[in-house]
Amino acid sequence: MIVTRRKLIGGIAAASGLLGGCDRLGENPAFPKILFSGEDAHRFLQRSLTDRMALAREYRPDQMSPIFRTNGSTNPGTPEYQAHVDSAFANWRLQVDGLVRHPLALSLAQIRSMPARTQITRHDCVEGWSAIGKWHGVPLKLVLDQAGLRPNARYIVFHCADLIGGAPYYESIDLVDAFHPQTILAWGMNDHLLTVGHGAPLRLRIERQLGYKHAKFVMRVEAVDDLRRIRGGKGGFWEDTTDYEWYAGI
Amino acid sequence: MDGEALDERGIDRVEPERTRLIYRHTLGTRIWHWVNAVTIFVLLMSGAMIFNAHPRLYWGQYGANFDRAWLEISADDRGGYLKLGDRRFDTDGVLGRWEDKDGSIRNNAFPYWATIPSGYDLAHARRWHLTFALVLAFGLLFFLIASLFNRHIQKDFLLKWREVGPANLWHDVVEHLKLRFDNPDDPGGFNILQKLSYLIVIFVLIPLAIFTGLTMSPGMDAAWPWMLDLFGGRQSARSIHFIVASLILLFILVHLVLVLLAGPLNGVRGMISGWLRVPAGEER
Repeated sequence: MIVTRRKLIGGIAAASGLLGGCDRLGENPAFPKILFSGEDAHRFLQRSLTDRMALAREYRPDQMSPIFRTNGSTNPGTPEYQAHVDSAFANWRLQVDGLVRHPLALSLAQIRSMPARTQITRHDCVEGWSAIGKWHGVPLKLVLDQAGLRPNARYIVFHCADLIGGAPYYESIDLVDAFHPQTILAWGMNDHLLTVGHGAPLRLRIERQLGYKHAKFVMRVEAVDDLRRIRGGKGGFWEDTTDYEWYAGI
Repeated sequence: MDGEALDERGIDRVEPERTRLIYRHTLGTRIWHWVNAVTIFVLLMSGAMIFNAHPRLYWGQYGANFDRAWLEISADDRGGYLKLGDRRFDTDGVLGRWEDKDGSIRNNAFPYWATIPSGYDLAHARRWHLTFALVLAFGLLFFLIASLFNRHIQKDFLLKWREVGPANLWHDVVEHLKLRFDNPDDPGGFNILQKLSYLIVIFVLIPLAIFTGLTMSPGMDAAWPWMLDLFGGRQSARSIHFIVASLILLFILVHLVLVLLAGPLNGVRGMISGWLRVPAGEER
Protein backbone atom coordinates (compact mmCIF):
# COMPACT_ATOMS: atom_id res chain seq x y z
CA MET A 1 0.00 0.00 0.00
CA ILE A 2 2.69 2.47 1.00
CA VAL A 3 4.56 1.78 -2.21
CA THR A 4 1.38 2.22 -4.21
CA ARG A 5 0.52 5.47 -2.52
CA ARG A 6 4.03 6.71 -3.14
CA LYS A 7 3.73 5.71 -6.77
CA LEU A 8 0.46 7.55 -7.05
CA ILE A 9 1.76 10.72 -5.42
CA GLY A 10 4.84 10.50 -7.59
CA GLY A 11 2.63 10.16 -10.62
CA ILE A 12 0.57 13.20 -9.75
CA ALA A 13 3.69 15.24 -9.06
CA ALA A 14 5.20 14.15 -12.36
CA ALA A 15 2.01 15.02 -14.24
CA SER A 16 1.79 18.51 -12.77
CA GLY A 17 5.52 19.02 -13.19
CA LEU A 18 5.14 18.15 -16.84
CA LEU A 19 3.11 21.32 -17.39
CA GLY A 20 6.10 23.55 -16.85
CA GLY A 21 8.52 20.78 -17.70
CA CYS A 22 7.80 20.78 -21.41
CA ASP A 23 9.15 24.30 -21.76
CA ARG A 24 12.30 23.32 -19.89
CA LEU A 25 12.68 20.11 -21.89
CA GLY A 26 12.42 22.13 -25.08
CA GLU A 27 15.27 24.34 -23.91
CA ASN A 28 17.52 21.40 -23.06
CA PRO A 29 20.01 21.05 -25.93
CA ALA A 30 19.66 17.26 -26.26
CA PHE A 31 15.88 17.19 -26.34
CA PRO A 32 15.24 19.15 -29.58
CA LYS A 33 17.32 16.52 -31.40
CA ILE A 34 14.76 13.87 -30.43
CA LEU A 35 11.85 16.22 -30.99
CA PHE A 36 13.19 17.41 -34.35
CA SER A 37 13.78 13.85 -35.57
CA GLY A 38 10.02 13.73 -36.22
CA GLU A 39 10.57 15.84 -39.37
CA ASP A 40 13.00 13.28 -40.81
CA ALA A 41 10.69 10.43 -39.86
CA HIS A 42 7.72 12.06 -41.61
CA ARG A 43 9.78 12.81 -44.72
CA PHE A 44 11.18 9.28 -44.77
CA LEU A 45 7.71 7.74 -44.36
CA GLN A 46 6.10 9.96 -46.98
CA ARG A 47 8.89 9.47 -49.48
CA SER A 48 9.18 5.70 -48.99
CA LEU A 49 5.51 4.74 -48.59
CA THR A 50 3.88 7.01 -51.16
CA ASP A 51 4.37 7.94 -54.81
CA ARG A 52 7.10 10.57 -55.05
CA MET A 53 5.61 11.93 -58.25
CA ALA A 54 2.03 12.10 -56.93
CA LEU A 55 0.29 15.29 -58.03
CA ALA A 56 -1.34 17.70 -55.62
CA ARG A 57 -5.08 18.00 -56.20
CA GLU A 58 -6.07 20.48 -58.88
CA TYR A 59 -9.42 22.20 -58.43
CA ARG A 60 -12.15 23.52 -60.71
CA PRO A 61 -12.43 27.29 -61.31
CA ASP A 62 -15.66 27.39 -59.25
CA GLN A 63 -13.78 25.99 -56.23
CA MET A 64 -11.36 28.93 -56.04
CA SER A 65 -11.22 31.23 -53.01
CA PRO A 66 -13.20 34.43 -53.64
CA ILE A 67 -10.36 36.40 -52.06
CA PHE A 68 -6.82 35.02 -51.94
CA ARG A 69 -5.20 36.84 -49.04
CA THR A 70 -1.58 37.93 -49.13
CA ASN A 71 0.80 37.19 -46.29
CA GLY A 72 4.46 37.21 -45.33
CA SER A 73 6.30 40.03 -47.10
CA THR A 74 3.82 41.92 -49.25
CA ASN A 75 6.39 44.33 -50.66
CA PRO A 76 10.18 44.08 -50.39
CA GLY A 77 10.23 47.89 -50.28
CA THR A 78 13.91 48.22 -51.16
CA PRO A 79 15.01 50.94 -53.65
CA GLU A 80 16.30 48.25 -56.02
CA TYR A 81 13.02 46.40 -55.99
CA GLN A 82 11.00 49.60 -56.35
CA ALA A 83 13.09 50.49 -59.42
CA HIS A 84 12.13 47.12 -60.95
CA VAL A 85 8.45 47.76 -60.19
CA ASP A 86 8.67 51.24 -61.76
CA SER A 87 10.17 49.81 -64.95
CA ALA A 88 7.72 46.86 -65.02
CA PHE A 89 10.68 44.51 -64.40
CA ALA A 90 12.18 45.41 -67.82
CA ASN A 91 15.75 45.26 -66.47
CA TRP A 92 15.10 42.43 -64.03
CA ARG A 93 16.90 39.14 -64.71
CA LEU A 94 16.52 35.77 -63.06
CA GLN A 95 19.99 34.50 -62.23
CA VAL A 96 20.35 30.71 -62.50
CA ASP A 97 23.76 29.66 -61.23
CA GLY A 98 25.68 27.53 -58.77
CA LEU A 99 26.31 23.92 -59.77
CA VAL A 100 25.09 24.32 -63.35
CA ARG A 101 26.92 23.97 -66.66
CA HIS A 102 25.38 27.05 -68.24
CA PRO A 103 24.57 29.89 -65.83
CA LEU A 104 21.55 31.84 -67.10
CA ALA A 105 20.22 35.37 -66.80
CA LEU A 106 16.62 35.20 -68.00
CA SER A 107 14.43 38.23 -68.63
CA LEU A 108 10.78 38.12 -67.66
CA ALA A 109 9.86 38.12 -71.36
CA GLN A 110 12.05 35.08 -71.92
CA ILE A 111 10.50 33.27 -68.96
CA ARG A 112 6.97 34.05 -70.15
CA SER A 113 7.81 32.76 -73.61
CA MET A 114 8.79 29.38 -72.21
CA PRO A 115 6.12 26.62 -72.09
CA ALA A 116 3.77 27.44 -69.23
CA ARG A 117 1.73 25.27 -66.92
CA THR A 118 -1.58 26.48 -65.44
CA GLN A 119 -2.80 24.86 -62.23
CA ILE A 120 -5.58 25.60 -59.74
CA THR A 121 -4.18 24.44 -56.45
CA ARG A 122 -4.60 24.90 -52.72
CA HIS A 123 -2.14 27.03 -50.79
CA ASP A 124 -1.77 25.75 -47.22
CA CYS A 125 -0.26 28.16 -44.74
CA VAL A 126 1.68 26.72 -41.80
CA GLU A 127 -0.73 28.70 -39.60
CA GLY A 128 -3.63 26.55 -40.72
CA TRP A 129 -5.59 28.50 -43.35
CA SER A 130 -5.95 27.49 -47.01
CA ALA A 131 -6.72 29.44 -50.17
CA ILE A 132 -7.30 28.08 -53.67
CA GLY A 133 -5.88 30.04 -56.58
CA LYS A 134 -4.87 29.65 -60.21
CA TRP A 135 -1.18 29.83 -61.05
CA HIS A 136 0.59 30.22 -64.39
CA GLY A 137 4.29 29.65 -64.76
CA VAL A 138 7.20 27.81 -66.25
CA PRO A 139 7.99 24.37 -64.80
CA LEU A 140 11.20 24.68 -62.82
CA LYS A 141 12.41 21.53 -64.55
CA LEU A 142 12.60 23.38 -67.90
CA VAL A 143 14.76 26.13 -66.39
CA LEU A 144 17.03 23.62 -64.65
CA ASP A 145 17.35 21.51 -67.80
CA GLN A 146 18.32 24.61 -69.78
CA ALA A 147 21.01 25.45 -67.23
CA GLY A 148 22.14 21.83 -66.96
CA LEU A 149 22.61 20.65 -63.38
CA ARG A 150 26.00 19.26 -62.50
CA PRO A 151 25.92 15.72 -61.05
CA ASN A 152 26.80 16.90 -57.54
CA ALA A 153 23.84 19.33 -57.33
CA ARG A 154 21.43 18.13 -54.63
CA TYR A 155 19.35 21.16 -53.67
CA ILE A 156 17.88 24.21 -55.39
CA VAL A 157 18.04 27.46 -53.43
CA PHE A 158 15.73 30.41 -54.15
CA HIS A 159 17.09 33.84 -53.22
CA CYS A 160 14.45 36.51 -52.83
CA ALA A 161 14.27 40.31 -52.97
CA ASP A 162 12.47 40.71 -49.64
CA LEU A 163 14.15 41.16 -46.29
CA ILE A 164 12.60 40.26 -42.95
CA GLY A 165 14.19 42.07 -40.05
CA GLY A 166 17.10 42.91 -42.35
CA ALA A 167 17.75 39.28 -43.34
CA PRO A 168 17.11 38.22 -46.95
CA TYR A 169 14.35 35.68 -47.47
CA TYR A 170 15.39 32.45 -49.10
CA GLU A 171 14.13 28.90 -49.40
CA SER A 172 15.37 25.58 -50.73
CA ILE A 173 14.02 22.26 -51.98
CA ASP A 174 15.54 18.95 -53.00
CA LEU A 175 15.58 17.54 -56.50
CA VAL A 176 12.53 15.29 -55.98
CA ASP A 177 10.39 18.39 -55.59
CA ALA A 178 12.44 20.56 -58.00
CA PHE A 179 11.67 18.21 -60.90
CA HIS A 180 8.04 17.56 -59.86
CA PRO A 181 5.69 18.54 -62.72
CA GLN A 182 3.68 20.96 -60.55
CA THR A 183 6.75 22.82 -59.27
CA ILE A 184 6.65 26.03 -61.30
CA LEU A 185 8.10 29.51 -61.25
CA ALA A 186 4.81 31.39 -61.41
CA TRP A 187 4.58 34.74 -63.17
CA GLY A 188 0.77 34.86 -63.25
CA MET A 189 -2.05 34.31 -60.79
CA ASN A 190 -5.82 34.13 -61.30
CA ASP A 191 -5.45 35.09 -65.00
CA HIS A 192 -3.39 38.23 -64.28
CA LEU A 193 0.28 38.97 -63.98
CA LEU A 194 1.54 38.33 -60.48
CA THR A 195 0.99 41.35 -58.22
CA VAL A 196 3.61 42.73 -55.87
CA GLY A 197 1.60 41.45 -52.89
CA HIS A 198 1.76 37.90 -54.21
CA GLY A 199 5.46 38.00 -55.12
CA ALA A 200 6.03 39.72 -58.49
CA PRO A 201 7.72 39.10 -60.76
CA LEU A 202 8.24 35.42 -59.93
CA ARG A 203 7.06 33.14 -57.17
CA LEU A 204 7.90 29.50 -56.55
CA ARG A 205 4.93 27.11 -56.41
CA ILE A 206 5.80 23.83 -54.71
CA GLU A 207 2.34 22.36 -54.32
CA ARG A 208 3.07 19.51 -51.90
CA GLN A 209 4.58 21.74 -49.23
CA LEU A 210 3.39 24.52 -46.92
CA GLY A 211 3.19 28.19 -47.86
CA TYR A 212 6.50 29.41 -46.47
CA LYS A 213 8.34 27.22 -49.01
CA HIS A 214 6.67 29.14 -51.86
CA ALA A 215 9.35 31.83 -52.10
CA LYS A 216 8.12 35.19 -53.43
CA PHE A 217 10.10 37.86 -55.33
CA VAL A 218 12.55 35.22 -56.61
CA MET A 219 15.75 36.86 -57.92
CA ARG A 220 18.17 33.98 -58.16
CA VAL A 221 18.01 30.20 -58.44
CA GLU A 222 21.15 28.50 -57.20
CA ALA A 223 22.01 24.80 -57.39
CA VAL A 224 24.09 23.59 -54.43
CA ASP A 225 25.38 20.33 -52.99
CA ASP A 226 24.98 21.25 -49.31
CA LEU A 227 22.60 23.63 -47.55
CA ARG A 228 24.83 24.07 -44.52
CA ARG A 229 26.92 26.67 -46.33
CA ILE A 230 23.93 28.87 -47.20
CA ARG A 231 23.16 31.62 -44.66
CA GLY A 232 21.98 30.09 -41.38
CA GLY A 233 22.52 26.61 -42.75
CA LYS A 234 19.04 25.18 -42.30
CA GLY A 235 17.82 25.78 -45.82
CA GLY A 236 15.45 28.71 -45.41
CA PHE A 237 14.72 31.97 -43.65
CA TRP A 238 12.10 30.57 -41.25
CA GLU A 239 14.06 27.35 -40.79
CA ASP A 240 17.05 29.45 -39.68
CA THR A 241 15.17 31.91 -37.50
CA THR A 242 12.29 30.00 -35.88
CA ASP A 243 12.92 26.27 -36.44
CA TYR A 244 10.15 25.65 -38.97
CA GLU A 245 10.64 22.28 -40.67
CA TRP A 246 12.78 22.32 -43.81
CA TYR A 247 10.58 19.53 -45.18
CA ALA A 248 7.20 21.22 -45.17
CA GLY A 249 5.17 18.42 -46.72
CA ILE A 250 3.70 17.83 -43.23
CA MET B 1 -2.33 -10.65 1.01
CA ASP B 2 -2.35 -10.13 4.76
CA GLY B 3 -2.60 -6.52 5.83
CA GLU B 4 -3.07 -5.46 2.26
CA ALA B 5 -6.75 -6.07 1.89
CA LEU B 6 -7.75 -2.45 1.80
CA ASP B 7 -10.52 -1.55 -0.55
CA GLU B 8 -10.36 2.06 -1.66
CA ARG B 9 -14.10 2.43 -1.44
CA GLY B 10 -13.71 1.83 2.26
CA ILE B 11 -15.62 -1.41 2.47
CA ASP B 12 -14.53 -4.83 3.53
CA ARG B 13 -11.40 -3.44 5.12
CA VAL B 14 -10.59 -6.37 7.35
CA GLU B 15 -12.02 -9.21 5.38
CA PRO B 16 -9.38 -10.29 2.90
CA GLU B 17 -11.47 -13.25 1.78
CA ARG B 18 -14.08 -10.89 0.33
CA THR B 19 -11.74 -9.54 -2.37
CA ARG B 20 -9.28 -11.11 -4.74
CA LEU B 21 -6.70 -9.97 -7.25
CA ILE B 22 -7.20 -10.58 -10.93
CA TYR B 23 -4.74 -10.03 -13.76
CA ARG B 24 -6.68 -7.38 -15.68
CA HIS B 25 -4.18 -5.56 -17.93
CA THR B 26 -1.46 -7.17 -20.05
CA LEU B 27 1.97 -5.56 -20.28
CA GLY B 28 1.20 -4.25 -23.78
CA THR B 29 -1.99 -2.58 -22.63
CA ARG B 30 -0.23 -0.99 -19.65
CA ILE B 31 2.65 0.37 -21.73
CA TRP B 32 0.21 1.70 -24.33
CA HIS B 33 -1.93 3.34 -21.66
CA TRP B 34 0.92 5.27 -20.05
CA VAL B 35 2.62 6.17 -23.32
CA ASN B 36 -0.74 7.50 -24.52
CA ALA B 37 -1.30 9.38 -21.27
CA VAL B 38 1.83 11.42 -22.01
CA THR B 39 1.35 11.53 -25.79
CA ILE B 40 -2.24 12.74 -25.80
CA PHE B 41 -1.43 15.32 -23.13
CA VAL B 42 1.36 16.70 -25.36
CA LEU B 43 -0.80 16.52 -28.50
CA LEU B 44 -3.72 18.38 -26.93
CA MET B 45 -1.53 21.17 -25.56
CA SER B 46 0.73 21.59 -28.61
CA GLY B 47 -2.40 21.40 -30.78
CA ALA B 48 -3.90 24.25 -28.78
CA MET B 49 -0.80 26.32 -29.58
CA ILE B 50 -1.04 25.46 -33.29
CA PHE B 51 -4.69 26.53 -33.21
CA ASN B 52 -3.55 29.86 -31.71
CA ALA B 53 -1.72 30.61 -34.98
CA HIS B 54 -5.06 30.78 -36.81
CA PRO B 55 -7.93 30.53 -34.30
CA ARG B 56 -10.68 30.11 -36.88
CA LEU B 57 -12.29 26.94 -38.25
CA TYR B 58 -13.99 26.47 -41.63
CA TRP B 59 -15.87 23.84 -43.61
CA GLY B 60 -14.78 22.91 -47.12
CA GLN B 61 -11.64 22.83 -49.23
CA TYR B 62 -10.40 26.34 -48.47
CA GLY B 63 -10.79 28.83 -45.62
CA ALA B 64 -8.88 31.95 -44.65
CA ASN B 65 -9.47 35.33 -43.09
CA PHE B 66 -12.02 36.58 -45.65
CA ASP B 67 -14.02 33.35 -45.59
CA ARG B 68 -16.79 32.50 -43.16
CA ALA B 69 -15.59 30.68 -40.03
CA TRP B 70 -17.99 28.47 -38.09
CA LEU B 71 -15.86 28.78 -34.95
CA GLU B 72 -13.60 31.60 -33.91
CA ILE B 73 -11.76 32.43 -30.69
CA SER B 74 -10.64 36.02 -30.60
CA ALA B 75 -10.94 39.30 -28.72
CA ASP B 76 -12.60 42.64 -29.33
CA ASP B 77 -13.16 45.78 -27.23
CA ARG B 78 -15.55 43.78 -25.03
CA GLY B 79 -12.88 41.17 -24.28
CA GLY B 80 -12.05 37.60 -25.25
CA TYR B 81 -14.80 35.57 -26.91
CA LEU B 82 -15.65 32.29 -28.60
CA LYS B 83 -17.96 32.61 -31.57
CA LEU B 84 -20.01 29.67 -32.85
CA GLY B 85 -21.61 30.79 -36.09
CA ASP B 86 -23.10 34.15 -35.14
CA ARG B 87 -23.40 33.41 -31.41
CA ARG B 88 -20.81 35.13 -29.26
CA PHE B 89 -19.84 33.64 -25.90
CA ASP B 90 -17.90 35.79 -23.50
CA THR B 91 -14.74 33.91 -22.50
CA ASP B 92 -12.65 36.83 -21.28
CA GLY B 93 -9.75 35.77 -19.06
CA VAL B 94 -9.72 32.18 -20.35
CA LEU B 95 -10.06 32.17 -24.16
CA GLY B 96 -9.22 34.95 -26.58
CA ARG B 97 -7.77 37.35 -24.02
CA TRP B 98 -6.05 36.31 -20.81
CA GLU B 99 -3.38 37.28 -18.33
CA ASP B 100 0.08 35.79 -18.87
CA LYS B 101 2.41 34.44 -16.16
CA ASP B 102 4.05 37.86 -15.85
CA GLY B 103 0.71 39.67 -15.58
CA SER B 104 0.65 41.04 -19.12
CA ILE B 105 -2.52 40.76 -21.18
CA ARG B 106 -2.36 38.51 -24.25
CA ASN B 107 -4.75 38.27 -27.18
CA ASN B 108 -4.40 34.61 -28.15
CA ALA B 109 -7.00 31.87 -28.26
CA PHE B 110 -5.72 29.38 -25.68
CA PRO B 111 -3.94 30.61 -22.51
CA TYR B 112 -0.36 29.76 -21.58
CA TRP B 113 -1.31 27.04 -19.08
CA ALA B 114 -3.11 25.09 -21.83
CA THR B 115 -0.38 25.18 -24.48
CA ILE B 116 3.04 23.69 -25.30
CA PRO B 117 5.20 25.73 -25.42
CA SER B 118 3.57 28.14 -22.98
CA GLY B 119 4.68 31.25 -24.92
CA TYR B 120 3.48 31.84 -28.48
CA ASP B 121 5.64 29.59 -30.67
CA LEU B 122 4.07 27.88 -33.70
CA ALA B 123 7.32 26.32 -34.91
CA HIS B 124 8.07 24.42 -31.70
CA ALA B 125 4.43 23.51 -31.12
CA ARG B 126 4.53 21.83 -34.54
CA ARG B 127 7.73 20.00 -33.59
CA TRP B 128 6.07 18.61 -30.45
CA HIS B 129 2.82 17.82 -32.22
CA LEU B 130 4.20 16.13 -35.33
CA THR B 131 6.70 14.00 -33.42
CA PHE B 132 4.19 12.82 -30.81
CA ALA B 133 1.64 12.24 -33.59
CA LEU B 134 3.94 9.44 -34.80
CA VAL B 135 3.95 7.94 -31.30
CA LEU B 136 0.14 8.05 -31.21
CA ALA B 137 -0.30 6.53 -34.66
CA PHE B 138 2.25 3.74 -34.36
CA GLY B 139 1.26 3.11 -30.73
CA LEU B 140 -2.32 2.52 -31.85
CA LEU B 141 -1.14 0.26 -34.66
CA PHE B 142 0.97 -1.88 -32.31
CA PHE B 143 -1.78 -1.99 -29.68
CA LEU B 144 -4.34 -3.15 -32.23
CA ILE B 145 -2.03 -5.84 -33.61
CA ALA B 146 -1.09 -7.07 -30.13
CA SER B 147 -4.73 -6.97 -28.99
CA LEU B 148 -5.80 -9.11 -31.91
CA PHE B 149 -3.09 -11.67 -31.13
CA ASN B 150 -3.72 -11.84 -27.38
CA ARG B 151 -7.47 -11.77 -28.05
CA HIS B 152 -8.03 -8.62 -25.96
CA ILE B 153 -10.28 -7.21 -28.70
CA GLN B 154 -12.23 -10.43 -29.16
CA LYS B 155 -12.64 -11.04 -25.41
CA ASP B 156 -13.18 -7.56 -24.03
CA PHE B 157 -14.28 -5.22 -26.82
CA LEU B 158 -16.65 -7.15 -29.07
CA LEU B 159 -20.21 -6.09 -28.32
CA LYS B 160 -22.70 -8.81 -27.52
CA TRP B 161 -26.31 -8.41 -28.55
CA ARG B 162 -27.67 -8.64 -25.02
CA GLU B 163 -25.30 -5.86 -23.90
CA VAL B 164 -26.57 -3.18 -26.24
CA GLY B 165 -30.25 -3.64 -25.52
CA PRO B 166 -31.90 -0.58 -24.00
CA ALA B 167 -32.67 -2.44 -20.77
CA ASN B 168 -29.02 -3.30 -20.18
CA LEU B 169 -27.86 0.21 -21.16
CA TRP B 170 -30.35 1.78 -18.77
CA HIS B 171 -29.37 -0.68 -16.04
CA ASP B 172 -25.73 0.33 -16.46
CA VAL B 173 -26.56 4.05 -16.39
CA VAL B 174 -28.39 3.50 -13.08
CA GLU B 175 -25.49 1.44 -11.74
CA HIS B 176 -23.09 4.27 -12.66
CA LEU B 177 -25.31 6.81 -10.89
CA LYS B 178 -25.17 4.58 -7.81
CA LEU B 179 -21.36 4.56 -8.27
CA ARG B 180 -21.35 0.79 -8.76
CA PHE B 181 -18.99 0.01 -11.61
CA ASP B 182 -18.20 -3.68 -11.24
CA ASN B 183 -20.34 -6.40 -12.66
CA PRO B 184 -20.48 -8.99 -9.84
CA ASP B 185 -20.78 -11.78 -12.40
CA ASP B 186 -17.73 -10.65 -14.36
CA PRO B 187 -15.64 -8.30 -12.23
CA GLY B 188 -12.73 -8.33 -14.68
CA GLY B 189 -14.84 -7.36 -17.68
CA PHE B 190 -15.84 -3.93 -18.91
CA ASN B 191 -19.35 -2.69 -18.20
CA ILE B 192 -21.25 -1.66 -21.31
CA LEU B 193 -20.80 2.12 -20.97
CA GLN B 194 -17.10 1.58 -20.35
CA LYS B 195 -16.87 -0.77 -23.31
CA LEU B 196 -18.70 1.67 -25.60
CA SER B 197 -16.55 4.62 -24.59
CA TYR B 198 -13.33 2.63 -25.10
CA LEU B 199 -14.62 1.37 -28.45
CA ILE B 200 -15.40 4.93 -29.55
CA VAL B 201 -12.02 6.29 -28.43
CA ILE B 202 -9.90 3.44 -29.83
CA PHE B 203 -11.75 2.67 -33.04
CA VAL B 204 -13.30 6.04 -33.92
CA LEU B 205 -11.77 9.08 -32.25
CA ILE B 206 -8.04 8.26 -32.33
CA PRO B 207 -8.16 6.95 -35.94
CA LEU B 208 -10.16 10.05 -36.94
CA ALA B 209 -7.59 12.29 -35.23
CA ILE B 210 -4.79 10.53 -37.12
CA PHE B 211 -6.44 10.66 -40.54
CA THR B 212 -7.76 14.22 -40.26
CA GLY B 213 -4.26 15.18 -39.12
CA LEU B 214 -2.77 13.52 -42.21
CA THR B 215 -5.30 15.38 -44.38
CA MET B 216 -3.80 18.67 -43.21
CA SER B 217 -0.45 17.61 -44.70
CA PRO B 218 -0.12 18.89 -48.28
CA GLY B 219 2.30 16.05 -49.03
CA MET B 220 -0.11 13.37 -47.83
CA ASP B 221 -3.03 15.00 -49.68
CA ALA B 222 -1.11 14.55 -52.92
CA ALA B 223 -0.29 10.94 -52.05
CA TRP B 224 -3.73 9.98 -50.71
CA PRO B 225 -6.24 12.42 -52.26
CA TRP B 226 -9.14 10.16 -51.18
CA MET B 227 -8.71 11.64 -47.70
CA LEU B 228 -9.80 15.03 -49.06
CA ASP B 229 -12.95 13.41 -50.45
CA LEU B 230 -13.59 11.43 -47.28
CA PHE B 231 -13.49 14.49 -45.00
CA GLY B 232 -14.79 17.06 -47.48
CA GLY B 233 -11.62 19.11 -47.85
CA ARG B 234 -8.59 20.18 -45.88
CA GLN B 235 -10.41 22.82 -43.84
CA SER B 236 -13.20 20.37 -42.97
CA ALA B 237 -10.53 17.89 -41.86
CA ARG B 238 -9.02 20.61 -39.67
CA SER B 239 -12.43 21.29 -38.11
CA ILE B 240 -13.08 17.57 -37.50
CA HIS B 241 -9.58 17.27 -36.00
CA PHE B 242 -10.44 20.01 -33.50
CA ILE B 243 -13.83 18.48 -32.63
CA VAL B 244 -12.26 15.03 -32.17
CA ALA B 245 -9.57 16.52 -29.92
CA SER B 246 -12.31 18.14 -27.82
CA LEU B 247 -14.11 14.79 -27.51
CA ILE B 248 -10.89 13.03 -26.50
CA LEU B 249 -10.38 15.70 -23.84
CA LEU B 250 -13.95 15.09 -22.64
CA PHE B 251 -13.24 11.34 -22.49
CA ILE B 252 -10.10 11.95 -20.42
CA LEU B 253 -12.00 14.14 -17.95
CA VAL B 254 -14.80 11.57 -17.53
CA HIS B 255 -12.22 8.77 -17.34
CA LEU B 256 -10.33 10.55 -14.54
CA VAL B 257 -13.52 11.28 -12.59
CA LEU B 258 -14.60 7.64 -12.85
CA VAL B 259 -11.15 6.40 -11.78
CA LEU B 260 -11.43 8.64 -8.74
CA LEU B 261 -14.93 7.38 -7.95
CA ALA B 262 -14.12 3.71 -8.56
CA GLY B 263 -11.04 3.71 -6.33
CA PRO B 264 -8.00 5.55 -7.66
CA LEU B 265 -5.33 3.54 -5.82
CA ASN B 266 -6.67 0.22 -7.03
CA GLY B 267 -7.15 1.59 -10.54
CA VAL B 268 -3.72 3.19 -10.87
CA ARG B 269 -2.04 0.18 -9.28
CA GLY B 270 -3.93 -2.07 -11.68
CA MET B 271 -2.71 -0.08 -14.66
CA ILE B 272 0.89 -0.21 -13.35
CA SER B 273 1.17 -3.83 -12.17
CA GLY B 274 -1.66 -5.36 -14.16
CA TRP B 275 -3.33 -6.76 -11.04
CA LEU B 276 -6.70 -5.36 -10.03
CA ARG B 277 -8.50 -6.03 -6.75
CA VAL B 278 -12.12 -6.99 -7.27
CA PRO B 279 -14.90 -8.27 -5.02
CA ALA B 280 -14.37 -11.96 -4.50
CA GLY B 281 -17.85 -12.95 -5.61
CA GLU B 282 -18.79 -16.58 -5.63
CA GLU B 283 -16.19 -19.17 -6.35
CA ARG B 284 -16.86 -20.77 -9.65
